[in-house]
Amino acid sequence: MSASQITLWYLVASVCFILALKGLSSPTTARRGNAFGIAGMTIAVLTTLAVIARGRVDLVLMAMVVGGAIGAFVARRVQMTQMPELVAAMHSLVGMAAVLIAIAAVNNPGAFGVPDPLPRGNKLELFIGTFVGAITFSGSVIAFGKLAGLGKKFRLFSSAPVVFPGQHLVNLLLALVMIGFGAAFFMSPDKAWTPFLVMTGIAFVLGVLIIIPIGGADMPVVISMLNSYSGWAAAGIGFSLNNSMLIVAGSLVGSSGAILSYIMCKAMNRSFISVILGGFGAAEGAVAAGSEDQKPVRSGSAEDAAFLLGNAENVIIVPGYGLAVARAQHAVKEMAQKLRAKGVNVRYAIHPVAGRMPGHMNVLLAEAEVPYDQVFEMDDINSEFGETDVALVLGANDVVNPLAHEKGSPIYGMPILDVAKARNVLVNKRSMASGYAGLDNPLFYLDKTMMVFGDAKKVVEDIVKALD
Amino acid sequence: MGGPVDPTVMNLVVFVLAVFVGYHVIWNVTPALHTPLMSVTNAISSVIIVGAILAAAPADLDFGSVLGVIAVALAAVNVAGGFLVTQRMLEMFRKKSK
Repeated sequence: MSASQITLWYLVASVCFILALKGLSSPTTARRGNAFGIAGMTIAVLTTLAVIARGRVDLVLMAMVVGGAIGAFVARRVQMTQMPELVAAMHSLVGMAAVLIAIAAVNNPGAFGVPDPLPRGNKLELFIGTFVGAITFSGSVIAFGKLAGLGKKFRLFSSAPVVFPGQHLVNLLLALVMIGFGAAFFMSPDKAWTPFLVMTGIAFVLGVLIIIPIGGADMPVVISMLNSYSGWAAAGIGFSLNNSMLIVAGSLVGSSGAILSYIMCKAMNRSFISVILGGFGAAEGAVAAGSEDQKPVRSGSAEDAAFLLGNAENVIIVPGYGLAVARAQHAVKEMAQKLRAKGVNVRYAIHPVAGRMPGHMNVLLAEAEVPYDQVFEMDDINSEFGETDVALVLGANDVVNPLAHEKGSPIYGMPILDVAKARNVLVNKRSMASGYAGLDNPLFYLDKTMMVFGDAKKVVEDIVKALD
Repeated sequence: MGGPVDPTVMNLVVFVLAVFVGYHVIWNVTPALHTPLMSVTNAISSVIIVGAILAAAPADLDFGSVLGVIAVALAAVNVAGGFLVTQRMLEMFRKKSK
């Protein structure tokens, strides 16, 4: 194949990737989009295999089979609640692959059709691709550990922020030193292994230091951010290898992650900078509920809740991550079906940060076979709470906290689901403990609120029984 | 003014246009599918496997091509895992409850 033919095939693959993302604009077209993605990847790999036909195709195929088998196995076995961990792990692999390719490119640029020794321009791009890749790798490993709950064994993975004095100064100095070695690599006329490897090593350390101060509540932002980094790393490698397909794919992913980070930050009313600087949620659990004066709450049984729900016309269910932890999605779906059979209009309201990654709660509900046309995003359903008889809050707290409307409160300005506007509010929680933000929730003390304490799954199953 | 354009400049042209395309396409993704979006973008960024294949290819093995082989395997995990898990999630998004 001539270089022009190769480039044209890569162009076809790039268009397929764009179509893959375009398909995700609606659940009806999404599967076709994924098929485009697979087609694009197949074209890209086959074209490249044709390029190296005289090289070690056997080794490459072997590595692809081994890796592919592992990936397929994991994809089949992973639980939907574990998606954030899986995605973090996959980001780390992209980052590591980028670093390995960069080292190979310094070693033998000829293999990539780039002049040896590397021209300055390619060196600069390689430097960027490498350090972004290295930060993506080690940062994602830390994020994975935090999400997988490894904090009990290794303090580095603690879901509470790991902070120490002078942290930001250390990070800044390390970043400057890293750029210094990058510049040395760039200026040097020969291979310049030493500055290159030192720079890569510092980038690995930086990745760890950047992620450890970020607390569990900010994980949706972190995953989106690392998603973005993995894309920029791929684009950086694309620049240094003069491969436009890699640049296109990397830029698509990079902008996707950046937009998701923005959406998540907005949903939590946090600035991106404050998330990155970390430390939020350090007092997590420190503000024990009702430590001072116990305000009275009205609590009721599952039977009381079933009575209220059964006599309602409109019900909105607000699921939070507590619901997923209790594995109550299937019970909730059964309850909703029972209520619908009685003529109750049941809908679900999803806050953008309801899960631990963007869109997580939608997947968890979809897994429980909740039809997606009953599931609504916050902006689409918030105006409907006024005409709702019962709002049922399951395992959510901060995202329904009316303090967000009060000036001076730590979460002031955060968009919330206006549950308090419903005629009756049912809240299921295990106890009166506060949410991630460590705040009390005035919603629980309203006259129209009834608390139903207990494990979400148990409570919902009892409601289902009581509805018969 | 004449002469061929520096490849870096061409790369920059592609990059800037791709970021624009990405920006517009991603804002159209429905929030309900943001998790599949992340898993599929993961698979797509693993097109870096193309670079890994080139690194692994030279007929005489040296440490660079060994790293290339490892990178091929790592990226292949993502390619297969990313597309399959996306497929699995998208299968769950059905309209009717029965």
